[in-house]
Amino acid sequence: MSELAVPAVRRKEGGSAWRGRLEHLATHVVVILLMAIWLIPTIGLLISSFRPSADVQSSGWWTFFFQPAQATLENYTYVLAQAGIGTGFINSLFISIPATVIPVFVAAFAAYAFAWMSFPGRNILFVVVVGLLVVPLQTTFIPILRLYGQIGIEGQFLAVWLAHTGYGLPFAVYLLRNFMGELPREVFESAAIDGASPVTSFFRLAIPMSVPAIAALVIFQFLFVWNDLLVSLIYIGAANPENDPLTISIASLVGNFGQGWWYLAAASFISMAVPLLVFFTLQRYFVRGIVGGSVKG
Amino acid sequence: MDPRLVTAIIVVIGVPAVLVGYIVGTEQALRLVPERRRATVRPWLWLFPALAFLLVYLVYPTIGTLIQSFENNAGKFVGFNNYSWFLNSSDGIGSLFNNIIWLVLLPAITVGVGLLFAVLVDRVRYETIAKSVIFLPLAISATAASVIWLFMFAYQPPGAAQTGTLNAIISGLGGAPVAFIANSTFKFNTLMLIVVMSWMWTGFGMVIISAALKGISPELLEAARVDGANELEVFRHITFPLLLPTLTVVATVMIITALKAFDIVYVMTNGNFDTQVIANSMYTWMFTNGNFGRGAVLAIVLMIAVIPVMAFNIRRFQAQEAIR
Repeated sequence: MSELAVPAVRRKEGGSAWRGRLEHLATHVVVILLMAIWLIPTIGLLISSFRPSADVQSSGWWTFFFQPAQATLENYTYVLAQAGIGTGFINSLFISIPATVIPVFVAAFAAYAFAWMSFPGRNILFVVVVGLLVVPLQTTFIPILRLYGQIGIEGQFLAVWLAHTGYGLPFAVYLLRNFMGELPREVFESAAIDGASPVTSFFRLAIPMSVPAIAALVIFQFLFVWNDLLVSLIYIGAANPENDPLTISIASLVGNFGQGWWYLAAASFISMAVPLLVFFTLQRYFVRGIVGGSVKG
Repeated sequence: MDPRLVTAIIVVIGVPAVLVGYIVGTEQALRLVPERRRATVRPWLWLFPALAFLLVYLVYPTIGTLIQSFENNAGKFVGFNNYSWFLNSSDGIGSLFNNIIWLVLLPAITVGVGLLFAVLVDRVRYETIAKSVIFLPLAISATAASVIWLFMFAYQPPGAAQTGTLNAIISGLGGAPVAFIANSTFKFNTLMLIVVMSWMWTGFGMVIISAALKGISPELLEAARVDGANELEVFRHITFPLLLPTLTVVATVMIITALKAFDIVYVMTNGNFDTQVIANSMYTWMFTNGNFGRGAVLAIVLMIAVIPVMAFNIRRFQAQEAIR
């Protein structure tokens, strides 16, 4: 049908072909301008991270293009060894991996129950769980901190793992339940007839068939935790600086160095390395997670 | 053994083993239950970890904070004292006012620019790359984004070499350098912080809007064009109304994000220069000033502000479930 429609359009606009071309040019200009606005800030800092401190203080990053021989790795070696960024990187990994694994498992159990088991109050309970999605984390800090003080895990990795699990669950349950609910019913029914227990069905059928949703969730939760400043600041923060993740190390560098851009730049790019790697290799799943999670809910 | 190695082993092997062990264990435990009751008990065993986490980390502390907001640090009931402090202080009502600016501008910019970009990029061949560029800042931390933009905004007194990108451009054009972070006239610096947040989140809106845009049937647009509508009319009367539900979704997510804004303010100004927002004010009152009652009031205000958005989201969710 659209093939028939095209010539009709052409005929109508035939006289103003130049106008169409002009519009197309305007589109390119706006798109490229926006791309430049989005890229320049990052490029500026990236270049500064490779410049010697004296240069960064005395001239703008764009002058680098006229003297690229000045490039140095000094800033990176300094922050990794001296400014706690190396330790911060390891800590960020120690925090992010379990804080991703635990909520994904726990949410998968719950999502499976919500999707394929029947029990009274199932829909209401699910709405309540999703409703918790918008409780601000800030509302929870004081009582949880008191609780942690009593059981003595403040400043430990465990404190942030469990907190991130609690905070991440409403979204995780929601995303996985929606995906698992769409899986074909016959598969689970025939498995049950063949005598498979729910545990077997879960690990052999539900999980393998839900890989796209799980991948999106893993990326989402991992990036959220890796990039988190607030939760770590509250539950680890000053209580145990040895366990501080990268975001805290960098935030305190901003305070200590103020204008020491060369170090800040290097530290920031070290912290961005992992998210950028995830972004470029798994972008498809990342986008799907965002679109799937938000358009539906 | 190196404590780090122990942690690494716990992280990689211990944690998943415990989780898998739990769910396999439920089936063993169910053997103790009479066979006809197993199907009744089983769902609750599967739900137990999630419900326990939600109760401990979201439900219980919300109630606790509500109680705390009527108490002082010693746990003594003080009525509405903390609330009246909130209404009369720049860290209270003043930060709420700043949050309202965030709440209006952040959705406006992210939805507006996101929509513009999604519509335009649909017509060029380098769509994938262009989208990646806008989307990229969403993957990095707000802390790193703050450093990136502190560098853009860097200010030197007039006469000194301007190494900050924006001030170098302004000086190059013959203007006087601008104190982007410190100048609070007409909330200018708050606006600059919102620019940073928009830089991060526009990609989020763009990706979702773009997905919805691709879902609009091309035949429908073509039919309108055949009937003589120009591109602007097609957009106004067909594309835009069809996108409206999606734009609402993005806007509500952005409203919640604006209310919870913390990292950027904490790193870039720490609430100085009249840029305080509720989330940062709460952090300051809890940890720098050690006043839990006032911190709790700020948290409660944040929650009350979020409730209407929450109600809206749940109602929309239920409407969707009814269609399914």
